[in-house]
Amino acid sequence: MDVQTSDAPQDRGELELVARLRAGDDEAFAQLVRSCGCSLLATARRFLRNEEDARDAVQEAFLKAHRSIESFQGNARVSTWVHRILVTTCLMRLRSRHRAAEEPLDELLPRFLEDGHSVVPSWEWDEGPVRDLERRELCATVRALIARLPESFRTVILLRDIEELDTAETARLLEITENAVKIRLHRARQALRGLLDPHMIGGRA
Amino acid sequence: MTRWMTCQEFLDFLWAYLSGEIDAVQRQEFEYHLSGCPSCVAYMKSYQRTIELGKAAFEPTEDPVPEEVPEELVQAILAARRNRPAE
Repeated sequence: MDVQTSDAPQDRGELELVARLRAGDDEAFAQLVRSCGCSLLATARRFLRNEEDARDAVQEAFLKAHRSIESFQGNARVSTWVHRILVTTCLMRLRSRHRAAEEPLDELLPRFLEDGHSVVPSWEWDEGPVRDLERRELCATVRALIARLPESFRTVILLRDIEELDTAETARLLEITENAVKIRLHRARQALRGLLDPHMIGGRA
Repeated sequence: MTRWMTCQEFLDFLWAYLSGEIDAVQRQEFEYHLSGCPSCVAYMKSYQRTIELGKAAFEPTEDPVPEEVPEELVQAILAARRNRPAE
């Protein structure tokens, strides 16, 4: 499986785990599932937005990892390797899904007059000092708004900003050019900004 | 004399300006536009803040991962593996 990265702190416990996984050790596999399952499930939920699909994707990712452990080259942690397998699995599932109804894009992106001026001027966001509770609420709002983005936008934000993949890797996974990744990410950030705007301009909204 | 770019050009290529993927002449045009367009200044600041907030919203401190995998999921995975041995 072609998902290797470069965070390779191979401590003894990690090497032993890999050896046991390669030997087909049931306990080692169960240990892997219990140790990375939560973070994988959280990631799958972000991509798929459906609990049943998310659980199926996590199961599929662990089975793919099990089947391809021989090809694991050890230049990443096993958890990172399985995580990348999961992300690929989620993207494949999204690709095979029928598109659900999505928020119309045009209203989220800047609009312009014929002479290139903005139709509606932008206002400064006035955030005063943010208390912990407000910050928590704001982060929850941002997560909810990202979940509302059209799938192609949500996916590129998750891959680039949350999973922190680089442009080349994102382009490979989405099967588009690097330039298309940059444009799509820009549109996605503009759309998210559009959704956030009414929450951030206070009395002027 | 520096060309005056439109708001549309500015906002369409804001990503290139912020990532430094433009030449010196283009940079001058972006900065000239910023010097005369408060709306695009506000847009750029809120765009940058959007990126920060998007990243912050999924930090482990803000969006903690549950400590345990649902047991039925663990059992389903282990059962599926028993039925499909490694190749």
